[in-house]
Amino acid sequence: MSTRLSRGGRLIDRSRPLTFTFDGHPYRGFAGDTLASALLANGQMMVGRSFKYHRPRGLVASGHEEPNGLVNLGAGERMEPNQRATVTPLKDGMVALSQNRFPSLDLDLGVVNDTLLGRFLPAGFYYKTFMWPRSFWKHVYEPFIRKSAGLGRVPEGRDPDRYEHFHAHVDVLVAGGGIAGLSAALAAGRSGQRVLLLEQAPHWGGRALVDEPEIDGTPAAYWVERTVAALEAMPNVRLRLNTQVSGVYDHGYVIACEQLDGAGPRQRLWRIRTKRIVSAIGAIERPLAFAGNDVPGVMLASAMRDYLVNWGVSVGDRVAIVTNNDDAYRTALAVHRAGLIVPVIVDARPNPSGELVRQARELGLRIEAGRGIAKVKGRGRVTGVSLCALAGEGAAIEDIGCDAVAMSGGWTPSVHLWSHCGGGLRWDEGQAMFRPDPAKPPRTHDGSVLVVPAGSSEGELRTGAVLESGLRAGAMAAGGEVLATVAARDAEEGPILPVWIMPQGAPTALKRKMWLDFQNDVKVSDVELAAREGFQSVEHAKRYTTLGMATDQGKLSNVNGLAVLSQSLHKAIPQVGTTTFRPPYTPLTLGTIAGVAKEELFQPIRKTAIHGWHERHGATWEPVGLWRRPFAYLRPGEHVENAVNREVLAVRNGVGLLDASTLGKIVVKGPDAGRFLDMMYTNVMSTLPVGKCRYGLMCSENGFLMDDGVVIRLGEDAWLCHTTTGGADRIHAHMEDWLQCEWHDWKVYTANLTEEWAQVAVAGPRARDVLAKLGGLDLSPEALPFMTFREGKLGPFDARVHRISFSGELSFEVAVPANQGLALWEALVQAGAEWGVTPYGTEAMHVLRAEKGYIMIGEETDGTVIPQDLNLGWAVSKKKADFLGKRAQERVHMANPGRWLLVGLETLDRSVLPEGAYILGRGENTNGQKNTEGRITSTYFSATLDRGIAMALLDRGPERMGQVVRVARKGGEPVEARVVDPVLYDKAGERLNG
Amino acid sequence: MVEVTLSAPLGMISLRGDHGDAALREAVTAVTGTAFPERLRIEGTSERGAAWMSPDELLIFVPRDEAVAAVARLSEALAGVHHLVADVSDMRVCLRLDGPGAREVLAKLSPADLHPEAFGPGTFRRSRLGQLAAGFWLEGEGARVICFRSLADYALALLRQSGRDGAVGYY
Repeated sequence: MSTRLSRGGRLIDRSRPLTFTFDGHPYRGFAGDTLASALLANGQMMVGRSFKYHRPRGLVASGHEEPNGLVNLGAGERMEPNQRATVTPLKDGMVALSQNRFPSLDLDLGVVNDTLLGRFLPAGFYYKTFMWPRSFWKHVYEPFIRKSAGLGRVPEGRDPDRYEHFHAHVDVLVAGGGIAGLSAALAAGRSGQRVLLLEQAPHWGGRALVDEPEIDGTPAAYWVERTVAALEAMPNVRLRLNTQVSGVYDHGYVIACEQLDGAGPRQRLWRIRTKRIVSAIGAIERPLAFAGNDVPGVMLASAMRDYLVNWGVSVGDRVAIVTNNDDAYRTALAVHRAGLIVPVIVDARPNPSGELVRQARELGLRIEAGRGIAKVKGRGRVTGVSLCALAGEGAAIEDIGCDAVAMSGGWTPSVHLWSHCGGGLRWDEGQAMFRPDPAKPPRTHDGSVLVVPAGSSEGELRTGAVLESGLRAGAMAAGGEVLATVAARDAEEGPILPVWIMPQGAPTALKRKMWLDFQNDVKVSDVELAAREGFQSVEHAKRYTTLGMATDQGKLSNVNGLAVLSQSLHKAIPQVGTTTFRPPYTPLTLGTIAGVAKEELFQPIRKTAIHGWHERHGATWEPVGLWRRPFAYLRPGEHVENAVNREVLAVRNGVGLLDASTLGKIVVKGPDAGRFLDMMYTNVMSTLPVGKCRYGLMCSENGFLMDDGVVIRLGEDAWLCHTTTGGADRIHAHMEDWLQCEWHDWKVYTANLTEEWAQVAVAGPRARDVLAKLGGLDLSPEALPFMTFREGKLGPFDARVHRISFSGELSFEVAVPANQGLALWEALVQAGAEWGVTPYGTEAMHVLRAEKGYIMIGEETDGTVIPQDLNLGWAVSKKKADFLGKRAQERVHMANPGRWLLVGLETLDRSVLPEGAYILGRGENTNGQKNTEGRITSTYFSATLDRGIAMALLDRGPERMGQVVRVARKGGEPVEARVVDPVLYDKAGERLNG
Repeated sequence: MVEVTLSAPLGMISLRGDHGDAALREAVTAVTGTAFPERLRIEGTSERGAAWMSPDELLIFVPRDEAVAAVARLSEALAGVHHLVADVSDMRVCLRLDGPGAREVLAKLSPADLHPEAFGPGTFRRSRLGQLAAGFWLEGEGARVICFRSLADYALALLRQSGRDGAVGYY
């Protein structure tokens, strides 16, 4: 049983008891506990079931590398799966549930995977077992995989918590607040530069406070306290706990996640731009691969020491130690000092001899040198170990009873932040570890080194070297002087003996019980199988076996896995190499990434000056870019279609109002403005007289139609270009692109003044009557003929009135400064009351323009359509020497008479054609599909004509007037439609000229 | 900590032209009564001043009721000089961030360097606030933000929420 000791635990406050539940059992812990330490204190060794085989699993580690201790945390909408118990601070009332078990942790039916299916779930099982027979995939394999895929449960409901971002620009970012990071920050801070020190844990000092070396003649804890105080006193240094550096990106961009505790946001994502990064994020202890190394009670030696020293928790009464290095002896000594029993230290090395080994010997602890563990006894809990010769095949020499095993296979520097941007690694044979290769640092934009490693993340394990490395890294990052070394004292250590499989000659039966990746259930046998099947690349073997692909991203398993792979391939470890380190260091919740952008702040919505009025008058919305435009105005009880029909008829028979404020309005001015516009538009704009309007088309360099709109000439050297709603920003950028990059010597300035004006279309036979009631500007046909504009007072408004029409009716577009927009609209509503003035939305606008055969960018065009396809050749200048798209439009494919061309369609049965439908040609293609000869671009019910109308692109369309074509319909017979002129209403244009 | 409100309407004028042109510099300073704003600078205030928008664009602030006259004055002074001047008083809104937390509220949303060394009085940044394009600078006991008028509601909600979410304790 694990239990709380009566004394000890430097992080817990025994005067502040907390209660929590795990799988419904009420438990007690203390302030300062993690969920993991509190579970152990309550004797809860087993915390979950493994992913594939549902094996009982206990805590293995004490930090972010923990593979087994994942829980569903919280309840209801705050429930979160896969939370690591080892780094979850205990809170009063906490509710945690174990994962991947049914019906309960102790009695799990999925365990059948282990006993029966185990042999059928080897490496690559996805690719093998489930291939045959084919019908089994849908009914047997897939449901099985779906059920077993993923750990934890999906949270219920929306995440009620808030999150935020924070941007910081610094010179030096120090990741990690252990003694390496603290000394690096100290050295960097002295330079006076901006330094930010981030530590993921809630306290400073890292492992030094557990192992208690002597620093600067004082206990490590005292040095840490003094150093933190010195850093806090530096005005240029900022320190933050509970903040994990998640990822390093190009150009010194770094993200870090801060855990907050309070009324505000739950987490804060730091978005940091830094010149240099010191990576002082420590090292992670490696497990050893022996049979049964996943039985609850087998734990990393350092973790066992952490639980003892930090939280006063003993993992077992009799702790067997198994190691290939000296560091694990610290655990043996700590366990012994706590008054517990160390029945044996199994040391793989033939002649262990360091200072810690001597201390253990002097205390009378039994050391078995040159030995290994043949297997762990027990299933839900360790009951003993069988010893064997390391060099042999696992024949048991002796069984020793114990209830916990502390293992240490050496340390792996955490090189993640070094490697995120490409830092290379070298294999240190002596220490048996991959460490940052100073010859292959990650570099930033100017070629200088971006990340400087420090401390044990650089591969230094002794206190003195760690401190020196930190000071050096801090000085290097800040470009300052290296400070004098701090004296340190810790135990001399003997060399490590690399051990990747224990015992070395283990047969397959044992290898099948040697776990490498605890979370994804990958064993030594799986990696060896992958090697036998030809997976030579470590990246391929990883994906084939799923080694390191769980939520812990292989923090414990990667090095052991690739070492086993290298042995199987008879290659040296550095030849096999590591897999790629990618951010984030530990998983981030999506809420953190979204930050403040949720609910009403999810996305900006652009509103015109008249938006509120629309809202109050039944508008149903159409999103256009980030704008919301009224689609139609629903009267009480009215259906959308009815509203659209009513609005269309109101414009045809009386007068309607459209909020056209969203149309792009770009002023183009300068001595070369006319010349510039002649290049931008396909037709000629330079000859447009002042005071007049001209419809224009804009094409890309490739000849495709990209925007259209009315251009007006404001003055001798100034034009105003109207663009589509969605095109305003794009077209402005397009203009600036050409002006800045290609024609930089042309004297032209542009300004996107879209939002300066509100614009209202007043359309219908009564339009002039309504405007006349406002008074002011003379809007008579003589004073303001079609395609002209005037500026002046319209009633109280500062107006520019354009005589243009997108509906085919007599129409005026009135632009006023945006702050006058709502008042203008309301004045028009009032003035038009006697003619039943009707606000109309974008759908009525679409129907009205389609009845007139006017094209719409984005409906008739899709990026592959040229003006000639739409019978708009009249708006493409033949005279101009050049314009954007001219050359492209002369190419063979563009000039091909076989292109699909614009026509109108009328269904014979008067029905509305389906949107986007194809027009069927004769016969079938080589794939047995029906040939097509055109497609529908716009289709509506026309209230004016009381029938379905459509526009379509049809093979040689204009030559085929009167013919009947067949339009495909999903799940039904094709619909017959007659090819007609797209202008279905007032072809002579008498109404808009009225 | 930070109060976010919509400022009273300002007179705003967009001026594009050659910042090296003596006539242009003189025309601007004659209207604002301040120095000419160099790169990333604002001279004067949102009541009367000028901000650097790009290498050939300024935003000039005058009291609202003087905007029309100021545009005319600039046009007249710049006759014969290639330029574009436009009254854009209605195009943008100005938001006030009053309180000592203004800098942190902006730093929650903008990727620009807002450290006092880089963002002090007189610094003008055109950047982003979350998903919004915005300009901002320090003024009075806080900061001012300008953004397109169509986004006023969103900007208010965004800045207010960021204020409510509390201090970061960094600046």
